[in-house]
Amino acid sequence: MTLALTHVKQRIHWSEWFGFAGLALVLLILLAFLAAPLLAILQQAAQDDQGQFVGLRNFISYLQSPSLLDSLWNSVWVSLLVTFIVVPLAFVFAYALTRSCMPGKTLFRSISLIPLLAPSLLSAISLIYWFGNQGVLKDAMQTVGISQIYGPAGVVIAECFAVFPHVLMILVTALALADARLYEAADALGTSSQRKFFTITLPGAKYGLISAALVSFTLVMTDFGIPKVIGGNFNMMATDIFKLVIGQQDFSKGSVVALLLLSPAVLSFAVDRYVSARQTAMLSARAVAYQPKPDVRHDAIMLMYCALIAVLMLAMLGMAVFASFASFWPYDLSPSLRHYTLGLVDGEVGEGFVNSLKMASGTAFFGTLLVFVTAYLLEKTKGMNAVRAPLQLLAVIPMAVPGLVLGLGYIFFFNMPSNPLHGMYQSMALLTLCTIVHFYTTGHLTATTALKSLDAEFESVSASLKVPFYKTFWRVTLPICTPAMVDIARYFFINAMTTISAVVFLYSPETKVASIAILNLDEAGDIGAAAAMAVLIGLISTVATLFFALLSWFVDRRTQAWRVR
Amino acid sequence: MSASPYLSLQHLHKAFGNFVALQDINLDIVPGELVCFLGPSGCGKTTLLRIIAGLEVQTRGVIFQDGKDISSAHPAERDYGIVFQSYALFPNLSIADNVAYGLVNRKVARDVVEKRVQELLTLVGLPGSGAKYPSQLSGGQQQRIALARALATSPGLLLLDEPLSALDALERVRLREEIRSLQQSLGVTTIMVTHDQEEALSMADRIVVMNHGCIEQVGTPTEIYREPASAFVADFVGQVNVLDGTVSGQELQLGDMRIPLQDIHASHHPAGPVKVYLRPEDVLARPILAGDACVFQARIQEVEFLGAFCHVHVMAPAISPQALTVYLSLNFLAEQNLQAGSSIPLKLMPERIKLF
Repeated sequence: MTLALTHVKQRIHWSEWFGFAGLALVLLILLAFLAAPLLAILQQAAQDDQGQFVGLRNFISYLQSPSLLDSLWNSVWVSLLVTFIVVPLAFVFAYALTRSCMPGKTLFRSISLIPLLAPSLLSAISLIYWFGNQGVLKDAMQTVGISQIYGPAGVVIAECFAVFPHVLMILVTALALADARLYEAADALGTSSQRKFFTITLPGAKYGLISAALVSFTLVMTDFGIPKVIGGNFNMMATDIFKLVIGQQDFSKGSVVALLLLSPAVLSFAVDRYVSARQTAMLSARAVAYQPKPDVRHDAIMLMYCALIAVLMLAMLGMAVFASFASFWPYDLSPSLRHYTLGLVDGEVGEGFVNSLKMASGTAFFGTLLVFVTAYLLEKTKGMNAVRAPLQLLAVIPMAVPGLVLGLGYIFFFNMPSNPLHGMYQSMALLTLCTIVHFYTTGHLTATTALKSLDAEFESVSASLKVPFYKTFWRVTLPICTPAMVDIARYFFINAMTTISAVVFLYSPETKVASIAILNLDEAGDIGAAAAMAVLIGLISTVATLFFALLSWFVDRRTQAWRVR
Repeated sequence: MSASPYLSLQHLHKAFGNFVALQDINLDIVPGELVCFLGPSGCGKTTLLRIIAGLEVQTRGVIFQDGKDISSAHPAERDYGIVFQSYALFPNLSIADNVAYGLVNRKVARDVVEKRVQELLTLVGLPGSGAKYPSQLSGGQQQRIALARALATSPGLLLLDEPLSALDALERVRLREEIRSLQQSLGVTTIMVTHDQEEALSMADRIVVMNHGCIEQVGTPTEIYREPASAFVADFVGQVNVLDGTVSGQELQLGDMRIPLQDIHASHHPAGPVKVYLRPEDVLARPILAGDACVFQARIQEVEFLGAFCHVHVMAPAISPQALTVYLSLNFLAEQNLQAGSSIPLKLMPERIKLF
């Protein structure tokens, strides 16, 4: 029996080739539109203007330039300060949402998430109307000792608003995961509520807090829109990159800054992965979900706190809306659509909106397709093991790559005349692909979670029944996962509408999107028009959110009937 | 083996990295029999089933099914139906669509498919449930549907991967009988993986006892229970008392008791210390006649009430320093007025003793 001694390999079934082809295609896409641009930055950072390899010389000259070091320090302390302000504020807010019986939770939650619907620079524009040179509360601000809003004060306040919803979502998730039995045990032992908070609640949310702090730090560190609009002469790393690359065409230094910007993101990403693995392990499948009990005093305090935050939030956003309708700030506040017509017609933002919608739709459609098919192939098919680990890695890397860095990589890689993909440079297709890659990871994790919740043996059963895997994908996997896909599409769409950082390097006059147009209006001093256009983006995002909610309701009715018992 | 094997596993070997999951597995399964792979978790029984299904690939070794070499065939090229512990029903498809899943793909006419689905639903005792969704059925009903789906294409081999372990005790016993009678009436060759010895003993034509990736013993339920081939099998299947004894010459010395090896059917056992395996039911409390051999005095320590029969833990210093478990009927205990502290004569059946 010689056959018995040889190593056995299973024959490849014809249907499996489809999966292999899919995996190879996805790998090529992620290599070309993620790995290669990032490597291009590395290469650029080690070259001089003539393309000669210079090793670490660019880094050394960076360290010898005091203005750039100032920016580094500014970025670090601003990010830290924002984190220290936002995380406690958001923690109490999240605590109120998850651990109290106050009324209006849905309302508060919705209000707190509004900043996600507009470009982050909207809060900076609002601040200018409140505290700027012609701001309503400028005098009040100066009595507090802040001479002007343009600079660190403005950046810190605006970032707090922009980062709040991101931090809040993480903390709500962390606090929602509580085992009621721990509290019951504590009650049985007569534990005071203060002690329960410090011995059960806080340790339980520990990983969420770490995660939230890291996300906050990284978001502030890598944000471009806010320091650009309200930073004045206060330089940060993100604005440095832009100035070095677009202003001075100093690609080498630009890539050095980009790499430095990448490092905290990579670090916080690594910590976050570690932490989130621990977080899920903490809550066993047998845990009993915690239900808050009514407590008049506690609920009232929480209600007041949330109302205060909500009012601040609405004041912040409302000001931009109000100002966008004012005829001539601050002298003539009668309502008019002047800024809207100015922005849309004269500022040619109308075209920007068409481009934005094209890009957002493309991102939502192709991004969801790419993300879901990739997650499916990785999760549910077998074979081609050599490409699986690299693909898994490529799928999570985008979360650690700031948009500015990705955009810079795209310039370097796609602007190379020798690159066969050079023709894509500044095209709508490239903007769309860049945005898909930029927001890839969140979609990937959502898809993977949805797929993991399916029985692992569906594919085995199909094979035993001689049904090719793609038929089961179509008849079973896809219908079950449509709610997750709608979620992913919505996420892609909203982010594509509001993103600035990656695309700021990649547009041409023909492919300028609305969020970039706002930046240009602000630069030109048309802050009223900028506010109007930012409000318009927020409006479109809101409509899109409603549309996706409707879509998911419809999809639920069509495909999820089986969930009802 | 009289009939030629339907399924033949030869020298199967499976390693995951450095971990050897299966080692030189050889097994023939005849047409129409129900074989149970029985063993503790991690013994490789599920891996073996998945290799037969082609869901895992053996590192070495060959598999013949119905005379065909399927060693490297893709699952889709093999002929079997499979039922998993999790049922793995498609939750978004109706019961009828689930059962028809493999039929639709074969380009069978719609009315033929419908007729076959009705037939199968009747077969598993759930006629008329075709329009429901899986989540509307109980666990036992879902498993019956999974069985119907696996049988729909009339496979030559039925694989059951712990099909009953997710069910409650009552449902488990009921479905166990149903599966067995269905399997016998269809005559489909079946392999079932289980860690539940009762399940294996009550359903199987033959049991394959596995441990650490090796087959310990293959035999009928009675053989496995009465004639365990190894200490592991004796221990794993049924309850057993393990006592220390010594073989010297032609005798087994058990405490103060001497038993001729001939009576134990172990005449050629080498001399030295041995483990003496004795099932609780092989220790009798009556009738004990004057002149009976192998009688010893025991003192009842504890009576564990389990219904008609009680597990009685006794100390018998004459044969063992450790406690012994025997099964005594409730009636006998009452009749003799026995309770903890009572003293009784017991007799062991030497022909049932196993030495390892």
